[in-house]
Order: sequence, then structure tokens, then C-alpha cells
Amino acid sequence: MFQVRIHGRGGQGVVTAAELLSVAAFLEGKHAQAFPSFGSERMGAPVMAFCRISSREIRLREPVMEPDAVIIQDSTLIESVNVFQGVINNGCVLINSTTDISSTLNIKLVTIKCINATAIAMAHIGRPLPNAVLLGSFAAITNVVDIESVVKAIGMQFPRAMAEKNIAAARDAYTETKSAVAV
Amino acid sequence: MKEKLGGIMLHQLEGSQAIAKVVAMCRPNLICAYPITPQTHIVEELGEIVRSGELQNCEYLNVESEMAALSATIGAQAAGIRSYTATSSQGLLHMAEAIYNASGLELPIVMTIGNRAIGSPLNIWNDHSDAMAVRDAGWIMLFAESNQEAVNLHIQAFRIAEMVKCPVMVCVDGFILTHAYERINIPDQKEVDEFLPAYEPHITMDTANPLSIGTMVPPEYFMEVRYIAHLRQQKSISIIEHVADKFADKFGGNSGGLFHKYNIQDAETIVVTMGSVAGTIRDVVDDINCESGNKFGVLTLISYRPFPQKEIREALKNAKKIVVVEKALAVGIGGILVQEIKLSLAGINVNITSVVAGLGGKPITRSMLYDCLLGSSHEETKFLGLNDDLVKKKCLFACDASVI
Repeated sequence: MFQVRIHGRGGQGVVTAAELLSVAAFLEGKHAQAFPSFGSERMGAPVMAFCRISSREIRLREPVMEPDAVIIQDSTLIESVNVFQGVINNGCVLINSTTDISSTLNIKLVTIKCINATAIAMAHIGRPLPNAVLLGSFAAITNVVDIESVVKAIGMQFPRAMAEKNIAAARDAYTETKSAVAV
Repeated sequence: MKEKLGGIMLHQLEGSQAIAKVVAMCRPNLICAYPITPQTHIVEELGEIVRSGELQNCEYLNVESEMAALSATIGAQAAGIRSYTATSSQGLLHMAEAIYNASGLELPIVMTIGNRAIGSPLNIWNDHSDAMAVRDAGWIMLFAESNQEAVNLHIQAFRIAEMVKCPVMVCVDGFILTHAYERINIPDQKEVDEFLPAYEPHITMDTANPLSIGTMVPPEYFMEVRYIAHLRQQKSISIIEHVADKFADKFGGNSGGLFHKYNIQDAETIVVTMGSVAGTIRDVVDDINCESGNKFGVLTLISYRPFPQKEIREALKNAKKIVVVEKALAVGIGGILVQEIKLSLAGINVNITSVVAGLGGKPITRSMLYDCLLGSSHEETKFLGLNDDLVKKKCLFACDASVI
């Protein structure tokens, strides 16, 4: 089972990101369970959502305690929320950040990848919505879901015009992350 | 998002959306809606389904309160049409008087409860306090373990309600199930129609043939009316089993019935629970059995009312230890389900432990359950994951009789 925790702020589409990821996995014939952290979500407040992906039926209903991957949609949360809590050894952390801050974080045995998802979102969508963009990067670094499944999921969940922009942004992020990983 | 796999239509859906879809497939003629978290997504989705024309011959009625929601549902059902509503928490309590009326009038209403704690203090998260507060109101109460079961139970609930002439509550854990996206098999409309025939009311309000229902019943008859309601619920035990069997024949899978048995054959310890925590408990029990060679099993109760005492006794009688894990607390005595399990096992020499867990949405984790199930604590009632330091701090002023 692969477990993902997504951190962000109310209004950034954190819950939608978890749902999209679950749909992408579902489209590959996998079992997936996405759920929010159930807070009273307010614009700008820290929000969490979770996604489990497995080849078998998922019975577990606890919050994700030991994520294989963490997606951080807003890097300012690193100061106020323990976003790295429980990440497994050799797990990975994907951070939306304008600069590469991986060397400033004292986190061991975890792969950290930074991408300027907000800039990509602004270029394609015109609004700072990094959720679908980061799923493009996620597909590039984890191989848990294929980018084509992410694209298909976005196409199914979003209205058409919004979907097209998000798909272009996710593909951009995928390519950028892939090329960075290759180097 | 749907995908056809081997003749089964699988969807990746939020629990609430799936429940709404399947309620619509049961073709209610009235859906009464008043929003309250975490049930709101269900009636919102039903509103969409009615507005789009996907569900025909259905009035979607917005009302001013939960009391009005159930009262209007009662009126519609008494007028002879299949009627549905949904609520949570304080909303359910606000309905209290109407809840007794619906069962007393023998109206086969189906209502979804997105289970949530009751304030004060205000809390929107999941536990079973709401349903437990109306446990003696004469409704059949079914608890879903997963969203697939929630979907299947709703179809069964309309059938059971109409066969027994008794309203049915389908209890679904708020947020944990209502807001979870997962893979769900949504049945075919044609199959639902075959399983659930059109509603034939046993009473109908009709101006051409006027009648009174719900008139005053004097002491000569009232106890008899209640006794009959009790008998009917007891008889419904076999109907609930029968409907689950018929459902499995038609749609496959294993959902509904009185309870689910997991590894309880030869189990030395059986964990008894209700609702979505059962899945986590099954994972823990598998780990324990695999690592330690212990023999743990799980009994997940679906039919809480009627309470299948005889069947539970039969299922649990050979265990050495029973652990009842429940998401409700009767303040002043302890667990609620555990008292009923004890009653069912009266006279049998078995050690029964009570675990109160998950109140107000406190996470129930595998590690907590693992420690709890393998621990050697002899407390009468354990409170899983309790913050002892906080309790001590807050308790200093309250628990000392010597100051009086």
C-alpha cells in the first residue's frame, strides 16, 4: 500500500488533489481511498488530505500516520505544521516552492523535490492553484500513477475549460520534474 | 468516474455521492432536505439528481428544520408515497418527537444518519452518540462498515422497511465514510427495480375514504401497541437476514444481515464493534494472529435494532474473551453496546472488556488498537487514546468529595 499526505491551505484544492489522485489510481484498476482531515476548512487555514493506493481492498480507516509521500502545496506551512511527521525512510516529499529549499531542511533519508508549481499554475491557469500541477510532478517522481491517468482524472473531475488548463499545467510539471530527476 | 470491469459498474466516488445515487435508484417520491454536516453532501447530490430530471416523480422539499424534515416525510409516507430524508447529530435530536411518531405510525421511511458527535462542546466529527440517543425509538437501525455496504444497505433498507412496516435508519460514519472517495460498485437501475418493487402502502390518506391515524390510545391498548412493535422488530430479524440473502443472490458480495463474522471460528478473543472502525480492527487482528499466533476474531454488528441477542450469543459463546469497541458513551455508566452484549451472554463464563473509542472524531489507529487488544489492563472501561495529562489538569477541581 502506498500512502500519501497532502498539506496545503483552504482554497488550494487540497481535498480535490487527494480525490484526483484516487481517481487516477482507480483508472489503473487499483484500489484507492481519499479522504480529508475533516477540519472546519476555511480559506487560508492549514488543511490536510490523505490518499491510500493499493492493489488490494483497503479496509484501514485511520489517518495516514506514516506516509510514503508528502505533498506540500504551500511551503510556508513548513514553519507552522509538522509536515514531515511520520514520513517513512526513503519516502519522498514534494514541495511547491519558488526556490529549491531542500538543502535548508534538516530531513534525513527522505527524497525532497521542489517545484515552482504556483508559477506553472499562473502560466496555464492564471490562478495560484497548485494542486493538479503537483500531481504531474508526483507522477514523475513516484511512478505510483501514470501521468496519463492523472490527465484523465483531471479531465473527468473538472469542467472542460478548467480541465484543459490544469492538464497542460500538470504535463508541464511532469516534464520539468522528469528532466530534473534525470540530471 | 466509472469503469466497467467484468460486468460490474465500478465508480470512484465520495461516499455521500454514492449513497445519493443509490437512494435515487430506489425511486422515492419525496426527498426532504435540511442541511447538517456531515450529511449535507447526500441531500445536495440528491437535489442535483432531481433537478436534472434523472429521478422522475419525486418532490424535493426544502424545509426550515430537521423537525420539519422528518414531519414532512411522515406526512408524505402516510399519504402513501415512498419518502426519504437524512440528518446528523443535533439534527437527529431535533427530530426526536417525530422519530417516535414515524415508528409508532408504522411508516416505512428510510433515513440516512451521517453519524456525528453531539454537543456541547460543539463538535462536527464522527462518533455514534446521535444514533445511540434514539436507540429505543422503535426504528430498525443498520450500521454500515464501508461505503459499499452503505450503498447496499440503502437498497435493502427500503425493502426491509416496507416488509416490516417499520422505519429504517442507515447509519454511516460521518466524514470517515461520507467524505471518503473510494471504489464503489453501483448497481444497475433495472436490477434495483427488480429487487425493490413499487411501494404499496398499507395505509393511504385519501379524501374519498377518510381515516384517522395517530389518534389517542388509552391505557387499555397502549402497552399492547408497544408490545406489538417489539414483537414486530424481533420478527424482523429473520427478514433482515432474508433480504441480505436475496441481495447477495442478485448483486453478489456480502453486505447487510445481522452481523459480519471475521475469523471467529475457534477465536479465543472476539472483538465486537459497529461501523467503519471494523476495517481497521480487521487489519490489526490479522497482524496479531500472524505475528503472535493468537486467535482473534471480529464480529461487526450491522443490525443494532433489532438487537439479535440469540444470534450474537450463538456466535460468541465459545470465546474466552470479548472486547467491545464502541464509539459512544453513556455518561455515568460507560459503554452502551457492551451492556447489550453482556445481556446477550448472561450465564456464559466469558471475560468482557469495554473499550470506548473515537469520541468526537478522535482517530482510532492501528497502534492504539494493537496495544489495547494485547495489553493486560484490567480497567472496567478503557478510553482509547485518552490524554491523561489533560484529564488530570482539568479534573483537579471536580473529583474530590472531601471538599464538600
